[in-house]
Amino acid sequence: MIETDILIIGAGPTGLFTVFEAGLLKLKCHIIDGLPQPGGQLSELYPKKPIFDIPGFPSVLAGDLVSNLMEQIKQFQPGFTLNEVAETIDQLEDGTFIVTTNKGTKHHANSVAIAGGLGSFEPRKPQLEEIEFYDQNDRGVDYFVKDPEKFRNKKVVISGGGDSALDWSIFLSNVASSVTLVHRRNEFRGALDSVEKVQELKELGKIKLITPGEIVGFNGKNNLESVIIETNGEKITTETDYFIPLFGLTPKLGPIANWGLEIEKNAIKVDNSLDYQTNIPGIYAIGDVNTYPGKLKLILCGFHEATLMVQSVYQRMNPGKKYVLKYTTVSGVDGFDGTRKEAEKQVVKSID
Amino acid sequence: MSADITIKITDREGVTHEVLAPTDMNLNVMELVRMYELAPEGTIGICGGMAMCASCQCYVLNAVAISEKGDEEEAMLSEAFHVKSNSRLGCQIPITEDIEGLEIELAPEA
Repeated sequence: MIETDILIIGAGPTGLFTVFEAGLLKLKCHIIDGLPQPGGQLSELYPKKPIFDIPGFPSVLAGDLVSNLMEQIKQFQPGFTLNEVAETIDQLEDGTFIVTTNKGTKHHANSVAIAGGLGSFEPRKPQLEEIEFYDQNDRGVDYFVKDPEKFRNKKVVISGGGDSALDWSIFLSNVASSVTLVHRRNEFRGALDSVEKVQELKELGKIKLITPGEIVGFNGKNNLESVIIETNGEKITTETDYFIPLFGLTPKLGPIANWGLEIEKNAIKVDNSLDYQTNIPGIYAIGDVNTYPGKLKLILCGFHEATLMVQSVYQRMNPGKKYVLKYTTVSGVDGFDGTRKEAEKQVVKSID
Repeated sequence: MSADITIKITDREGVTHEVLAPTDMNLNVMELVRMYELAPEGTIGICGGMAMCASCQCYVLNAVAISEKGDEEEAMLSEAFHVKSNSRLGCQIPITEDIEGLEIELAPEA
């Protein structure tokens, strides 16, 4: 069981900055995120794109903002449960919470801050009737390559036209017995060297390329045995052990939608006059995932919401205790790791 | 003051709405749909308008001179679902006086 003061769901900019503001109040944080790396949308969707409305940064790349936030919160030693999605929440008699992920990891926290953005990223599934059968119980359709060894000496069909389709085709061409890459058109969108590498592997016969092509059906009684590919108006059947559709990820609110929180327009309603608390005391929602009159889904608003929210958690954990606002410039920052940051002392010295 | 234009948008339930679109706000069709709440929040414009998610895919129903597809839009549409020959990404169609009378239908949520 992971123990913490504030359990943050979502490692996007708002979730990350929460660690800093909580740290100033000596509150510990742990973050759960469904993606393998922190940063949320900024890392997953547009790491190389600039953001122009972060106060004090005329322009900052999304990926750099995430690195900076990670650096800023390092001293408060946040814990991370990555690659796991928060699934269930249980409130104990003392008002604290236990949040369990899809992989069974349990987290015990005084308060929960949902900073889930648009939700957890789920693979976009091709709209094919039988796919729901084959993507269960390892019957042959996988949306991720989690363990490449699984595909050793197997026949693999990959579809998609972006970076992940290219990169996994290249990687698996050295592992699988055959790799067929199917895409709706001849153009691929990805890093130049990935596109060139696939071209090279195609010429070497290590990747079979079918373009324009589209998977339109499956064969196999218990497990996938072949896929039906429509190409240039005809349908061909290609024997395969695995089909890996890589059409990117799309965020879905997911299991949080079943936590009994008041939801409006796919967002969680919060009290914006005070502390961004939801209808369940002790559960807060901050950043793009919440809604209130006048809400703007901006990173800078998420930062503000996080700052006020941790004050409320402080009161929850220290009832009745007076809080005095401290400026970091005046008081410095004491990390949980023993580090201290402070303004350089001025000297008071006479000039002769 | 530039004039508003009229655009007809058929939502995902098949209901057609005739809406006024301002041409002086640097809007695109995806933002117009959100402005009039013709699709639930969180189901359209997920990537914010970067041609990276196809949640604003729509079908162009009449011959109005809209801007050409860019490379990024073309690439995204080649990976999207429910794509037809008249598919466009709403976020890549700027609202200008040139598209007065445009009629579109929102593609199903993927």
